[in-house]
Amino acid sequence: MTMQGMLYIALVFALVLGCAFPMGSYMAAIFEERVNYLAPVENGFYKLAGVDPKRAMRWTDYATTLLLLSVIHFLLLYAILRLQYYLPMNPLHIAGMSPRLAFNTAASFSTNTNWQAYAPESQISNGAQVFGLVVHMFISAAAGIAVAAAVMRAFTTGGLQSLGNFYADLTRITLYLLLPVSIIAATILVVAGSPQTFAQTFTAHTLDAGSQTIAIGPVAFQEAIKELGTNGGGFFNANSGHPFENPDAWTNLLENWLDLVIGFGLPIAFGIMLKDKAQGRALMFAMAIILSLGCIGSYAAEAAGNPLHIAAGVSASGGNMEGKEVRFGIVGSTTFNVAATGTSTGAVDSFTDSYMPLGGAIPLFLMQLGEVTPGGVGSGFYTIIVFALLSVFVAGLMVGRTPEYLGKKVQAKEIKLAMLGVLILTIFILAGAGFSLMTKSGFGSLANAGPHGLTEMLYAWSSATENNGSAFAGISADTPLLDYGLGSAMLFGRFAFLIPVLAIAGSLAAKPKLSASSGTFPTTGPLFIGLLIGVIIILGGLQYLPADTLGPLADQYLLAAGKTF
Amino acid sequence: MSISRELRPALSLVVLFTILTGFILPEAFTGAMQLALPFQANGSLLTVNGQVVGSALIGQNFTSAKYFQPRPSALSGTDAKGNPISTPYDASESGASNLAPASASLLQSVQQRVVAYRKAFGPGPVPADAVTASGSGIDPDISLANALRQAPAVASARHLDAAKVTLLVNQMAHESFLAIVGTQHVNVLQLNLAMDRLGAP
Repeated sequence: MTMQGMLYIALVFALVLGCAFPMGSYMAAIFEERVNYLAPVENGFYKLAGVDPKRAMRWTDYATTLLLLSVIHFLLLYAILRLQYYLPMNPLHIAGMSPRLAFNTAASFSTNTNWQAYAPESQISNGAQVFGLVVHMFISAAAGIAVAAAVMRAFTTGGLQSLGNFYADLTRITLYLLLPVSIIAATILVVAGSPQTFAQTFTAHTLDAGSQTIAIGPVAFQEAIKELGTNGGGFFNANSGHPFENPDAWTNLLENWLDLVIGFGLPIAFGIMLKDKAQGRALMFAMAIILSLGCIGSYAAEAAGNPLHIAAGVSASGGNMEGKEVRFGIVGSTTFNVAATGTSTGAVDSFTDSYMPLGGAIPLFLMQLGEVTPGGVGSGFYTIIVFALLSVFVAGLMVGRTPEYLGKKVQAKEIKLAMLGVLILTIFILAGAGFSLMTKSGFGSLANAGPHGLTEMLYAWSSATENNGSAFAGISADTPLLDYGLGSAMLFGRFAFLIPVLAIAGSLAAKPKLSASSGTFPTTGPLFIGLLIGVIIILGGLQYLPADTLGPLADQYLLAAGKTF
Repeated sequence: MSISRELRPALSLVVLFTILTGFILPEAFTGAMQLALPFQANGSLLTVNGQVVGSALIGQNFTSAKYFQPRPSALSGTDAKGNPISTPYDASESGASNLAPASASLLQSVQQRVVAYRKAFGPGPVPADAVTASGSGIDPDISLANALRQAPAVASARHLDAAKVTLLVNQMAHESFLAIVGTQHVNVLQLNLAMDRLGAP
């Protein structure tokens, strides 16, 4: 660890948190329909689609339309992946995906997960990436942010029946937020060297080794929305470690920023919509504190290097470079991967499977916390609202008062729904990983032996259920068990959490908004931030401690004792 | 609300956004980038005498003593008989070893690479990047420390003055920004192209 490394982490946070404020106020303007410079396109969409953007939707309507649109889009992607051989932009004549792989991939991209059980270079055509995957990167991100906007509205006034209009939210978020920012970012990426062409390969006559076939494609456009929409689906197998996806340390910093800026901006937008900015800042700081500790921890673990390799004669000053790229260095690699697991991006610029056990435990734990630091675009926000409700509930229990959050009484119904959402995901992760390891097929998927193998499987189920999409990538994921199992986990993790959250929002929206009294627990100061962090770690993370002890912790102790597998 | 009434708007929006973000914008953006930034948009190709010798961003394999050596690459494929073989720097694919830090096979590889590195470039501590496989398998760079360690051996293979080669390495090194953003490293292909321009054999 060096001072410069710590300064890099500080720089990332300064850039992200500094930009979260203007980004938050822009997003609030989008949600409140104060932005309309693309009105002709927007209204054209409504007209062609037969949408009345002013139609009020109760929470049930909002949830139904979101589900319906997601199902249609899922089926379309499934068809594209199965039929890619016959579709345009497939110069390498790549065959259609198998039913199980197409199911897994369609589930993955329609839930904003971007888990990749396929090797992009050989298993997907340029066309299927561009008009299949990339479209989902916009729409699934916009749908997540739309739900966040709906939840925000629930707290703004009392007696509200409508959470907004899902179609209008989806359209506006895509047109005004995701498209402009990703086009600017993609242009910067091309300037730095990321390619943008419809060719799929070219051949070079190398200096020393005959010839080299190099995969290429429309990389930059996908890369920008991949980060901005916390998607994570790499154009190449090596994801953001590939020099075409991430050419240098500056693009690495840019991509890191894109990952985080909407997630940290949403609580700020919330504060603006509430007309109480301190409320939004409190949520943002709680997210940032957990994430910054994660960044420092993972950096420390990797910078120290691998004691087994140092004993074999490797210089200690380089840190653990297995699976990392020289141009990013240790801190550029760890900060990227931690940010991409603290958000639900799941992009990687270095390979977590080869991280030191504790360095890799941090990304795992951040996913298990429920993706709230700051989480996926939209989903991170509505998840931290669930934790905020649980926090005021816990505080209410201590003093024996009916808890309220932002003037809305929090009652048994909301707490039951909140706990349902939290527990449902836990069961999927622990039971899924446990069951997989009891089967021959699941055990055979592991790339590494010993406790590290357990971590691989635990990571896969955490990643899928929490809609992250990163992997301990040694695992062989394209098997019937994992294609269908993890595909179901992704769908379940997205919708079985999102629907209870919309139900909570609907219930809270209808309640009157009370003004704060002397007995109201303040939800802006350090006391609340501390309580919220405690609730996130205890309610979100503690149930995974036994499994994580047998995985990464045991791995670390055995490695320190010199044991290899 | 009936589901059937919602079918039209939901389906239409999926189709409209597929047309906009899946066809119109990627086409327009690609066209604009091909016009404005053709070098980068087509993969930063390097040419010598009109022939493409590689991409400035993609590493390639070097085994001759007269060239600087890149990092180990974990890429593998299969031969004609279907047996697994190592295919370092095969840029039609990409990826890492994904071996655990406590992996016995990784430790064995690292030990062998340390021995080979010391044999080629002399005793002493071995830079970490020189004996570990990269994330992409096509990492174009090596650390400056690694390049400087290799310089005397490369100079001797070419019968050049070691100081001259060391100077070239230092000239070609990418610096970090205040030691905060980025690392000190050298692009291996570009360095080896410069070596070829420098001269013999």
